Amino acid sequence: MAPKAPITAALVGRTVAAWVVTLVIFFPLGWLVLTAFKSEMQAISVPPLLFFTPTLDNFVEVQQRSDYLLYAENSVITSVISTLLGLAIAFPAAYSMAFFRSKWTRDVLMWMLSTKMMPAVGALVPIYVLAQTAGLLDTRLALIIVFMLSNLPIMVWMLYSSLRDIPHEILEAARMDGATLWQEFRRVLLPLGMGGLFSTGLLCLVLAWNEAFWSLNLTAAKAGTLAALIASYSSPEGLFWAKLSCASFMAIAPIVVFGWFSQRQLVQGLTFGAVK
Amino acid sequence: MFRFRFSLTPDGAVGAGAAPVAVPAGARAEVSRFLPRALLAPAVVTLFLWMIVPLVMTIYFSVIRYNLMQPGETGFIGLANYEYFVTDPSFWTAIVNTLLLLGSVIAITVFGGVALALLIDDPFPGRGVVRVLLISPFFVMPTVNALLWKHMMMNPIYGVLAQVWHFFGATPVDWMADWPLMSVIIMVAWQWLPFATLIFVTALQSMNREQLEAARMDGARYFQQLRYLYVPHLGRSIAVVIMIETIFLLSVFAEIFTTTSGGPGDASTNLAFLIFKQALLNFDAGVASAGALVAVVLANIVAVFLIRMIGKNLD
Repeated sequence: MAPKAPITAALVGRTVAAWVVTLVIFFPLGWLVLTAFKSEMQAISVPPLLFFTPTLDNFVEVQQRSDYLLYAENSVITSVISTLLGLAIAFPAAYSMAFFRSKWTRDVLMWMLSTKMMPAVGALVPIYVLAQTAGLLDTRLALIIVFMLSNLPIMVWMLYSSLRDIPHEILEAARMDGATLWQEFRRVLLPLGMGGLFSTGLLCLVLAWNEAFWSLNLTAAKAGTLAALIASYSSPEGLFWAKLSCASFMAIAPIVVFGWFSQRQLVQGLTFGAVK
Repeated sequence: MFRFRFSLTPDGAVGAGAAPVAVPAGARAEVSRFLPRALLAPAVVTLFLWMIVPLVMTIYFSVIRYNLMQPGETGFIGLANYEYFVTDPSFWTAIVNTLLLLGSVIAITVFGGVALALLIDDPFPGRGVVRVLLISPFFVMPTVNALLWKHMMMNPIYGVLAQVWHFFGATPVDWMADWPLMSVIIMVAWQWLPFATLIFVTALQSMNREQLEAARMDGARYFQQLRYLYVPHLGRSIAVVIMIETIFLLSVFAEIFTTTSGGPGDASTNLAFLIFKQALLNFDAGVASAGALVAVVLANIVAVFLIRMIGKNLD
């Protein structure tokens, strides 16, 4: 990426400033990754070690101590299924609002957004009681339902704003040719809306993966997600930093990498299409 | 980055498989009235249930005696739960903490975000890498964020910040004990600053470059460009950032749960955490429900303004 502008003092200044600020902001994360490969003694050494012989012991121990794979499996299953389920409900709704506008459309969209404004803690007691009554405490199903519902408004909004950009004429042409609803979906909407579907799914996957409030309150040892596993590392002091870092590293690495690829969509998704 | 483009040729996907089928005009009109509603229904119904069922239950729980440890003792007690929750000294502390947290993080992320976005708006060597590194903290789950800061950064003996303090000859700060709310603000701001920056960078890309160029030609100083071109252009995205952050920041929970547990005392307890304490630590679901309704009312007051703001920007 060679700068097109000639190298000036201003460019050098800007470059240095940008890199310094970036490295400061990224530092805690980089430090976490480094600590994941240290021994416990190295992790708490004073002064902190920047150079050391990396070890993979932590990865083995984290798995043995707290069954990382079970939590990872719970995270994958709850976030993927809640996202797919949500898309299946949100896509038809977004389609309906994007192509059959009525005077209610705007109000429905606004109302959906407003449900997102309700603080999750407001529903804590009833959801807890409902889950308890239904025998769903500490099950993946409870998390799947809750993740799906709390992401649904975002999904509808994102899909709505991407489908809205598809010209109506294309759909009308397909209908004129006698395409059935299924054909219309399969051959026109799906290919044209794929970008939107993909980015919506990606964003909701990230949100569900990182969700902590419900996983902490509704699950324990069986259905806990990685977010809950990490929280269980909060009590032991001192000598557990390397293992804590290692578990954290394994919990965030997949989704951070995912996030890098979805950052552009994230802007549109989280701002409900208001910033493009 | 992922942007799929599909082109439709006239003889391609659309026309090929679909043989013309004669559909009576009346039936088609019937379908087009019924279909949109049928497609919309599942989303509307599930969201409505998700909103109304907990709400009705919360209202009901809030006016009865309801302790999870004493399931036998129930009965209508009017507004006693509300009275208990609102007159609890922790309540006002929690309200103040909630607003302090919200206000500080929004201030840090909006000012910091605009500054950072302006800094990385024009090309420079390594801009792509910088962008990726900068956005990363936003994808870190709150529990990891909290523990990373609590232990590795803010520990008064082994933490990195303590070493920095030593380096400058200062006495390290015991963050969790002496500055609990400030610590939580730092963690949350670290998470949301990248988000704000990303939004502002995206918004800056749609700046009118010619206008900017013209202003520079006319000798506008940087401050003038900022005042009359950049800030007005960013107005809308600043509004959006404030809205989104408000939604998420009013209910910050995991960062407090995993680090300070609201303490010492109530020093870092926000409304969400106070309600959690009542419900799952004191087992008093009645009081927690009353508190939850207070939180919902508070959130709605904020939301009404915000929705109006973003509603104007919709079409």
